[in-house]
Amino acid sequence: MDVLDLARWQFGITTVYHFLMVPLTIGLALLVAGMQTAWVRTGKIVYLKMTKFWGKLLLINFAMGVVTGIVQEFQFGMNWNEYSRFVGDVFGAPLAMEGLIAFFVESTFLGLWIFGWDRLPKRVHLACAWAFSLATIASAYFILAANSWMQHPVGVKFVDGRPQMTSIGDVLTNNTVLAAFPHTIAGAFAVAAAFLVGVGAWWLWRNREAADEHRQVWRNSIKLGALTGLVAFVVLVISGDFQGKLMFQQQPMKMAAAEALCSTEQPAGFSLFAVGDVGDPDCENVKSFTMPALLSFLAHGDVSSEVKGVDDLITEYRERYGTNYPDDPALGDLAGKPIEYVPNLPVTYWGFRLMIGFGALSAGFGLVALWLTRRGRIPRSRWFPRLGLLAIAAPFLANSAGWIFTEMGRQPFVVVPNPTGIDGVWMFTATAVSRLSVGEIWTSLIALTTVYGVLAVVEVFLLRRYIRAGIEGVMPPKPTEESDRDVLSFAY
Amino acid sequence: MDLATLWFVIIAMLWLGYLFLEGFDFGVGMLLPVLGRTDRERRVLINTIGPVWDGNEVWLLVAGGATFAAFPGWYASLFSVAYIPLLLFLLALIGRGVAFEYRGKVDSARWRRAWDTVIVTGSWVAALGVGAVLTTNVVGLPIGADGNRIGGPLAMVRWETLLGAAAVAGYAIVHGAVFLALKTDGDVRERARNLVLRLGPVLLAPLVALLLVIQLRYGSGWSWLVLLVVLAAAVVAYLRLAAGREGQAFAGLGVAVTGTVVALFAALYPNVLPSTVDPAFSLSIAETANSPYTLTVMSWVALFGTPAVLVYQGWTYWVFRQRISAEHIPPVQVP
Repeated sequence: MDVLDLARWQFGITTVYHFLMVPLTIGLALLVAGMQTAWVRTGKIVYLKMTKFWGKLLLINFAMGVVTGIVQEFQFGMNWNEYSRFVGDVFGAPLAMEGLIAFFVESTFLGLWIFGWDRLPKRVHLACAWAFSLATIASAYFILAANSWMQHPVGVKFVDGRPQMTSIGDVLTNNTVLAAFPHTIAGAFAVAAAFLVGVGAWWLWRNREAADEHRQVWRNSIKLGALTGLVAFVVLVISGDFQGKLMFQQQPMKMAAAEALCSTEQPAGFSLFAVGDVGDPDCENVKSFTMPALLSFLAHGDVSSEVKGVDDLITEYRERYGTNYPDDPALGDLAGKPIEYVPNLPVTYWGFRLMIGFGALSAGFGLVALWLTRRGRIPRSRWFPRLGLLAIAAPFLANSAGWIFTEMGRQPFVVVPNPTGIDGVWMFTATAVSRLSVGEIWTSLIALTTVYGVLAVVEVFLLRRYIRAGIEGVMPPKPTEESDRDVLSFAY
Repeated sequence: MDLATLWFVIIAMLWLGYLFLEGFDFGVGMLLPVLGRTDRERRVLINTIGPVWDGNEVWLLVAGGATFAAFPGWYASLFSVAYIPLLLFLLALIGRGVAFEYRGKVDSARWRRAWDTVIVTGSWVAALGVGAVLTTNVVGLPIGADGNRIGGPLAMVRWETLLGAAAVAGYAIVHGAVFLALKTDGDVRERARNLVLRLGPVLLAPLVALLLVIQLRYGSGWSWLVLLVVLAAAVVAYLRLAAGREGQAFAGLGVAVTGTVVALFAALYPNVLPSTVDPAFSLSIAETANSPYTLTVMSWVALFGTPAVLVYQGWTYWVFRQRISAEHIPPVQVP
């Protein structure tokens, strides 16, 4: 593998990994803030137990999101320095804003929340929970604005060979980010929701015989999780449809690839699944099962509209953006070679379908759980907790598949040209990578992957341990005679 | 002052915030086995920074982000040229961050020992790494006309790099010990104080040497003044600590680190990244800066954002102002 492949693998691994922790943090933080609000307002102990239990799991996960986020901030400069030079005038701004506006609030108020249980007035402590959970969402907005600019560059002009920002307002209100933000946040809540439902289902089943004093905690958690999951799913579908329509305008090749649509069709059907090789360049060895006209409807809101296929788009892209890479030795094997405008078809095609499929599965289990626990019922089947725990994985997989689809789908571009666009503002991934040695990037790929792997094992081990410990593991012990007035309510 | 120079100053201030705040975080981690003889004492150490270390680390992220937003060429060249040192630094930050959070989550001596090792190693590597990269940035990197590295992965390493690494590590130990003397009570406080009183001058010697080298190579008349301020502040800090006034000693070190950052960035000016290959390849503030529009936008963000950060981070330190001693540490209660 050459530097380009290795750098892409590294970005993929570190980013997909980071985005396992982040959505759980985003979703759970706000839900925990809600639980704590319920406790402060009603004084009911059940809400305190929920806050403590889910809050503890949130913290175990939060630490991993923080430390893997540092790599995200640095790796543009380390592995993608040509990219950083090219886009610096516009891309750095949302990144710095994320740090200055969101990260500071997030980290500071989380510290106050963890250690401030007995030291801050109840309402101030609650405000800290809201501050850091809203900051996680703000942080998502800024980083999605940066990513959306790569998918659809706006608010810039082309000066001296690089984009120059002309309007931060346009960058922050890019229609791409306005669609991506609700979609990503809903994806985050789907993760937290499945987590609540799965763990709650397991506990409810575990204590099915004994009328456990904490039963209400698990019932509430399942209900909160399932409802959150269903709302999230509705938002995902609506925002996803909106995103799809934008993508047909902004990145037609990505959508054609997502459908493995070789030639232009009118009307075009939506491929449900395919057998054979979707990556076949001639589209011959593939049989696709389609819903007639649905794709036309999804793309343009009109069942009889035309949807462009990969073949026609290749011709178009070649005319607009050139047929060959520049003959620059820095490009290595790709120097002077023809530009491959079609993204990896199997990855985009299946990524798109797995995203939708896993998303639907997750919401589906929420519905089942709501039904099985209606009006005080306790499910007796062993399958209930098993499926519940399995279903936790579904939205994680959906998120990963969605990101892999959208990022692989924009290849060979790292900055996709805006088709209605600004001349010159696009960049090929091949020209974005740093001029490093293969050895260096192998070193960092292996080191980071190993450390991430070990930490994943540790995190899952700790989550499992604290889940099994249940409420007893997080509630403060009853004060005893000799307990000192000065002892900290919480300490590492 | 034009906007580009203003952003050069802002980035220097972000580095100052980082070195001042995470400096003592690193020191606490580095001193964990030295000042914390029992597990309870080690927990005292960790809990002095427990609520704040994450917020302190954000100063680095923002310094990085601001460099990207104001001087992308600087960000791109520095981060790719110093690739391996930065990788080690990142691994260290990952390890120690997770370790603080996970160390107390399981009640087992082996578990705690393992995470203690991560905290100590991570803090050492990170402190050495910051010093190495920052110093090398000031004295120059082997960059060619395109801003990319000329030479192998470790081409950036020079003797000044090693001196800078030692300087920041020594400073972090002293700063961490004074912080612990200020924030703890009992044996840990005594030990921390004695450590600085006995070894402080030796530990700060590399920093003074580095500043002298910088002064002799790049200095002017007024920068001698900066060096004098640093020295005077360090001496005052030492004397105040000897007199039992830990808060004033800590403030003294704050002045010293401010002077250090001023000296380093003054030596760098008007470049952001000098080239050791040919001065013509050096990246200057003027050439590397982003467009006036972007810098204006970022200036407004910084104008409103930074005071808010100072206020609520300051408030956090106020909330957790109480000294911690072994009696305050609750027994281990984990599943």
